[in-house]
Amino acid sequence: MLDLLRQPWPWYVAGPLIGLVVPVLLLFAGKSFGVSTSFRDLCAAATPGRFDYLDYDWRTGSWRLAFVAGIILGGLIAATALAAPDPVVAISEATRADLADLGIDDRTGLFPSDLIGWGALVTLPGVLTLIGGGFLVGFGARWADGCTSGHAITGLIGRQLPSLLAVLGFFGGGIISTFLILPALLGGGG
Amino acid sequence: MSASTSPRIVVRSLAIGLGFGILLVKSEAVSWFRIQEMFRFQGFHMYGLLGSAVAVGMVSLFALERLGVHGAGGGVMALDRKPTGGWNRHYWMGGVVFGVGWGLLGACPGPIYALIGTGASVFIVALLSALLGAWTYAALRPRLPHF
Repeated sequence: MLDLLRQPWPWYVAGPLIGLVVPVLLLFAGKSFGVSTSFRDLCAAATPGRFDYLDYDWRTGSWRLAFVAGIILGGLIAATALAAPDPVVAISEATRADLADLGIDDRTGLFPSDLIGWGALVTLPGVLTLIGGGFLVGFGARWADGCTSGHAITGLIGRQLPSLLAVLGFFGGGIISTFLILPALLGGGG
Repeated sequence: MSASTSPRIVVRSLAIGLGFGILLVKSEAVSWFRIQEMFRFQGFHMYGLLGSAVAVGMVSLFALERLGVHGAGGGVMALDRKPTGGWNRHYWMGGVVFGVGWGLLGACPGPIYALIGTGASVFIVALLSALLGAWTYAALRPRLPHF
């Protein structure tokens, strides 16, 4: 059984369970599922009242900070007790070929450590993907009033137009990164 | 009413977050490679994951509503609703900015936290950068288009 749990979980097992997080959180905590508001709570805690947007009692988000602390602990358990025996993610052949064209050959681990890693932080692509990408994720999630959890899951479950618009934006932006920015940063043919 | 949440709700939130963190990693939704496969439309994995999550969430909430189940604190089982108006510009403009970041980093906010938990310490830098991004949004907010 444990051997089975250590394998990567197929989408048709993990997806429905992720979907159940939304009603479970409503039922047992009375809260709407969403992760990126935690960025706002943390900023409000760090610089209270500095801007109107941060002028509220961040402790209203204490449940959410506990929730994201739980996500960190869950990551720890998944990477230790439930660590996958094979560290390579089984992406499609087509994606492997495209990434090889960008010079990304080492697919060990959950992300390419040649691009996203402490060592890569002395390179321009490394800085732009990790620091630039992180900045845009935080900025964009707050401007859009939600991220993948709040819009692509909770918002779509609630059949909300704002969330559909946000998700279309997510994909538009992701396509710009994938087909324009990454090739420009990494160069074709590696 | 105090602004802070009761300890019971905080503990429950932590436990549910823990389950969600395990799901994020074991489903490989935290993987930069899976996000590339998704944005290149070369695999079904991420679409199956998000699609089945939305379907199950929709059906289970509908069922709970029908059964008249009330959530913690006696609240109705209602999700937060986002305001709409005008061109709803911040949703799609902010969405594009978020998407560009997601495509580069290969991780959205939940996975940033989960990856830190897996021991990928470099994602602490990504988290700090995301916090700086959120803080910059707070500073620029009066000048950005919203509706």
